[in-house]
Amino acid sequence: MMEIQKDNKFSRRKLLGGAATAAVVLVQTASGKAFQAGMTHKEIEDTTKIQGVLPGTLGTRSDFEKPVKAPSPTSSRTPLQDLYGTITPSDLHYERHHGGVPAIDPSKYELVIHGMVDKPMVFTLADLKRFPSVSRIAFLECSGNYRGANDGKIRPQDICGLTSQSEWTGVALSTLFREVGVSSKATWFLAEGGDAAVMTRSVPMTKGWKDAIIAYAQNGEAVRPEQGYPARLFLPGWEGNTSVKWIRRIEVSDQPYMTREETSKYTESVGPAKIRQFSFTMDTRSIITYPSYPASVEKGWIEIRGIAWSGRGKIVRVEVSTNAGKSWQLAALQDPVLDKSITAFRYLWNWDGEPTEIMSRAIDETGYVQPFLKQLLEARGGNMGYHFNPVTAWYLQKDGKVLFKAT
Amino acid sequence: MIKKLSVITVLFVSLASYRSYTDGWQERVSEGLVAKPDTLEWPKSFGFGRPATEKEIAAIDIDIRPDGKGLPAGQGNAVTGKAIYAAKCSACHGATGIEGPNDRLVVGDTSSVKSRRVKAIGNYWPYATTVFDYVRRAMPFNEPGSLTDEEVYSLTAYLLHANGLIDSKKVLNAKTLPQVDMPAKKYYVPDDREDGPVIR
Ligand code: HEC
Repeated sequence: MMEIQKDNKFSRRKLLGGAATAAVVLVQTASGKAFQAGMTHKEIEDTTKIQGVLPGTLGTRSDFEKPVKAPSPTSSRTPLQDLYGTITPSDLHYERHHGGVPAIDPSKYELVIHGMVDKPMVFTLADLKRFPSVSRIAFLECSGNYRGANDGKIRPQDICGLTSQSEWTGVALSTLFREVGVSSKATWFLAEGGDAAVMTRSVPMTKGWKDAIIAYAQNGEAVRPEQGYPARLFLPGWEGNTSVKWIRRIEVSDQPYMTREETSKYTESVGPAKIRQFSFTMDTRSIITYPSYPASVEKGWIEIRGIAWSGRGKIVRVEVSTNAGKSWQLAALQDPVLDKSITAFRYLWNWDGEPTEIMSRAIDETGYVQPFLKQLLEARGGNMGYHFNPVTAWYLQKDGKVLFKAT
Repeated sequence: MIKKLSVITVLFVSLASYRSYTDGWQERVSEGLVAKPDTLEWPKSFGFGRPATEKEIAAIDIDIRPDGKGLPAGQGNAVTGKAIYAAKCSACHGATGIEGPNDRLVVGDTSSVKSRRVKAIGNYWPYATTVFDYVRRAMPFNEPGSLTDEEVYSLTAYLLHANGLIDSKKVLNAKTLPQVDMPAKKYYVPDDREDGPVIR
């Protein structure tokens, strides 16, 4: 693996060229051996006159495309405004961890399941892969995923870029529960990661039986190190922190453990004297990703595009307003509309060039309507914090500049 | 009778969960849309994996429950903890646990507007056992897992004392730590959001 990566880096640099003025092309010799010849940029502008690059061991992103995550010391955000469709490229999946990304040797990896079980067991990665497998497309989102900016200069990535979507493949946790013989009296399990934070969360058994996955693959390949290589817990629709990465141990119990991540963090003040705990479900949300800051638009036809998702189930409706919420129109939803998944929406609009505010709100199959920021603050007694999913507005100036606006 | 019932529940639950991950083919079969796949019925056990020994479980079973289950032997108090804190923690959490740069551990004076929303051990943590569990597993941030159990008891005592929750002489051990009264516990309520239109 290391070899290939090195190799690829090497050939990429050579083939595509680091300098802007000189490019390098591949020429096929009679013997079939490739060599490189330097040419000026001008000379290769007509790509129909030059043989292209030969097949390689790994695909590359075009040198003209540079989507990047936005890192901070504790997280790194998905560039939502630069993406298309609903699947997040694995290298752009958001990151959030509490002790850095560990380097785990898959041949030494083990998952221990013990506690209130008939047979405490150890599973290697190879063992996990032998069990019947499952796949599902679902979003993953950190529950601390709302930011605004008074000057409006904030991108979707910075507002709510701690959300991403992948196809996850692994073994259903219920399959492993069956294998170890979980006690019928068990009500919670502790999930523990093998990272430097040895991160732990308590999870109700009902979720474990229902749709939890021990995932070893993401978008068709092994789970990325930042996403929990070689195996992670994945809990569809629940706050990201509960989907414990690098999972090394599951202890089956009849009570929660009250770990730091479910007391000091990932709890929210609601009203003056209440701290809400075990707020697992991710509330329904949407955001317009085009047009959005820092894009500029012109008067005329604009396809408003965005994404919507709900931890409660399927998105049934997305409504778009182009007049600051005075009236709402139905957006078109792109198939497939999947349970606990990001759904793409579109609304074709003809902008008259007058300053206005555009916004979207998602409605899920349980009838939940994405609230305005005001409504959320009111419901939570003025507190901000985790689980903030407000309608996000974009202000279109006369000059076509697009700025964030809180609702 | 109870045993039988529970066996049935488990069977029912596990079958239901198995069904939820068949990619819908059972539904499509029952609707007559596709033929039933010729895949075999699941065995009672696949036999993959190996039994875990008590010894290997003990080596990684480091969690502490609120009732104290999991707490190791050993003890400590705030006086010894203060010295360890100064040497191993103050660089990131400040001389008195207030100054940072990283998480504020001690409530201290919250009269200023800026510190009114402080969430520290003394006013936000519902269980004293969590301090022991977290410090032992994750701190110091740059050298996790390096503290002895005695050091962790002492640091826990220091942090609880600095937050005004215990006396500086109070000895913390497996028996006394779970008994420390945490003022924030009474504020904790389970999530009350539910499916449907209500915003909470
Ligand atoms: C190198 C810097 C560093 C050192 C040294 C350090 N910490 Fe920390 N500590 C952190 C960071 C960073 C966090 C937040 C980690 C996170 O959120 O995942 C933290 C979090 C904590 C928390 C949880 C705070 C909360 O409100 O949730 C406690 C308790 C804590 N540290 C105690 C200690 C103790 C005790 C020591 C000394 C043994 C120590 N720390 C040493 C950086 C440090």
